[in-house]
Amino acid sequence: MTKYVLKRVLMAVITLFVVICLTFFLMNAVPGTPWLSEKTPSEATIAALNEKYGLDKPLIVQLGKYLENLAHLDFGNSIKMQKDRPVLEIILTMFPISASIGAIAILWAILVGVPLGCLAAYRRGTWVDSLLRVICTIGISMPGFVIATMLLHAFTGGIEGLKFFPTIFQQGTAKSYVLPCLALGFYPMCYLSRQTRTAMLDAINQEYIKTARAKGLRNKTIIFKHALRNALIPVITYLGPQIAFTLCGGFVVETVFTIPGLGRYFVSSISNRDYPLIMGTTIFLAAFIIVMNLIVDLLYKLVDPRINLAKGGE
Amino acid sequence: MAENEKTGKLLEVKDLHVSFFTPAGEVKAVGGISYDLNYGEVMGIVGESGSGKSVEAYSIIGLLQSPGKVIGGSITLEGEDVLAKSKEEMIALRGSKVAMIFQNPMTCLNPVYTIGNQLIEALKAHDKKVSKQEAAKRAMEMLELVGINNVQKRMKQYPHELSGGMRQRVMIAMGLICHPQLLIADEPTTALDVTIQAQILELMKDLQKKTHMGIIFITHNLGVVAEICDKVSVMYAGKMVEQGPVDDIFYKPGHPYTMGLLRSMPRVDAESYERLIPIEGTPVDMLNPPEGCPFAPRCEYAMKICLQKMPPYVELGDGHRSACWLRVQEQLQREKQGAAETKEVPEHE
Repeated sequence: MTKYVLKRVLMAVITLFVVICLTFFLMNAVPGTPWLSEKTPSEATIAALNEKYGLDKPLIVQLGKYLENLAHLDFGNSIKMQKDRPVLEIILTMFPISASIGAIAILWAILVGVPLGCLAAYRRGTWVDSLLRVICTIGISMPGFVIATMLLHAFTGGIEGLKFFPTIFQQGTAKSYVLPCLALGFYPMCYLSRQTRTAMLDAINQEYIKTARAKGLRNKTIIFKHALRNALIPVITYLGPQIAFTLCGGFVVETVFTIPGLGRYFVSSISNRDYPLIMGTTIFLAAFIIVMNLIVDLLYKLVDPRINLAKGGE
Repeated sequence: MAENEKTGKLLEVKDLHVSFFTPAGEVKAVGGISYDLNYGEVMGIVGESGSGKSVEAYSIIGLLQSPGKVIGGSITLEGEDVLAKSKEEMIALRGSKVAMIFQNPMTCLNPVYTIGNQLIEALKAHDKKVSKQEAAKRAMEMLELVGINNVQKRMKQYPHELSGGMRQRVMIAMGLICHPQLLIADEPTTALDVTIQAQILELMKDLQKKTHMGIIFITHNLGVVAEICDKVSVMYAGKMVEQGPVDDIFYKPGHPYTMGLLRSMPRVDAESYERLIPIEGTPVDMLNPPEGCPFAPRCEYAMKICLQKMPPYVELGDGHRSACWLRVQEQLQREKQGAAETKEVPEHE
């Protein structure tokens, strides 16, 4: 077990290194500089700025310098969006907002999606199943910004008498969280529900369910004890990366609801060519996904005793 | 455990009809079969794949899956009408009075729970008052009874840590933990290799003597039947074509299908050059069963009447009966001869 975790940590470091290098070169391959805005500064100013932030040096030297700083957990300072503010500090103030919304969203997605999936499997072929299928297909195929905009329109004053929630996000007020969390959790909820349904149907048709029925167990026990635990295995696989993505902020949802979260910064740092911020957010997101995947792999062991982590998770 | 030495009828199946309503049409999986099983008796149900032998057994325990449905006949267990029972009553019946074990022990145990958990669960389903320690004790006793050693350790193991034979033993222990009167064994040895098969059969025979339970043994292996059964029912295309004590079936088969089965089975006493003779033709298309005797299209003795009418059962003595027009003919001839010799009116049946 310890050996397995160590192995995974080592692999994580290598993965991160590759992510860093790729991001660094891709980011520099994109045309444009951080200094472009409405009025283009003079050549001399640009040269001076480049020198100040070390952008005049060859790329490989810049990368080396960055990695060296990173080893001391120094992510550098923002050079455009919040000038000279440490990137790490920006991330750490933005992340809790994204994470709290993401956590609530994923929580309701699980709490609603998994039972709905069970219900659909249990009542397969009936109108309940068909209704859920329609809802979930809509949720999976409709882009997030459509749902977010629709919610925003409907419940912040667009429809007479339904103005329950504020239009502008205010941190710390519970009301502000409702719509973003609804919008952000809708897709994972639908996806989870579909996946649970498939996995449940698969589990229900297994022979051990026949055994359980022959033993004289009640339907509830059969579904929730025998079928669900087996059905959860594929569901957990999906959940790991999805949690990481959702917690790091749905960019679209954060933009629609004007939430000052990490997801928004992740994208706008790229259009602003704020190099250190691009690197910082990418590394943070990558590391987060890697950690979530590791946690999921360890969780497998809890759910499925057949998985032997010592043998590399076979 | 031998205190329940009851005698008499344990199970009575009368004219049972089971159909599957598929989009392609009604499939008469079981078309009117009848038999009795006494306490402590072992009956084999033999037949090829799709002959309805499992379907028939599943209807006894109420495990028929949609679109399967019992559409006629009766099943009486210890004097109670099984088909009239409510869902709740069936749940209470399964695992307590009637237990069932299945073909593939590799997939019949839930992979994510320990052996102990699954055994205790089977007991607790029918005995709510039993304490945890006592249930565990009973479970371990059962494991010992089915010949598993090191039970303390086994209780904490998961199914994948046991071999196939061991898992089938666990399945048997699980089936017997509530002391059922009737055990339905659906091809319990088919998925095991031959040496393990022999061990499991030996174990079942042994347990049957100890517990005096009735067993319905579903199989397509006549060797297994000879080993363990008191009587045999031979099924073909949802019909029971022959039924009788195991010796009669083996030495005086009364139906061409049974004869065919016997000829297609290797024998220890056969001459070395003797070839096995397969039954020609293919199994019946259950969506469009032939009129008359279902076996007639494959039968070497088929007569005109076989293709038109299903033969009635003819008693061949000692509970041995067979549904074949050949036997009907013989009986008629015997009756004629008997009437001619004694010049008496044949006895009215």
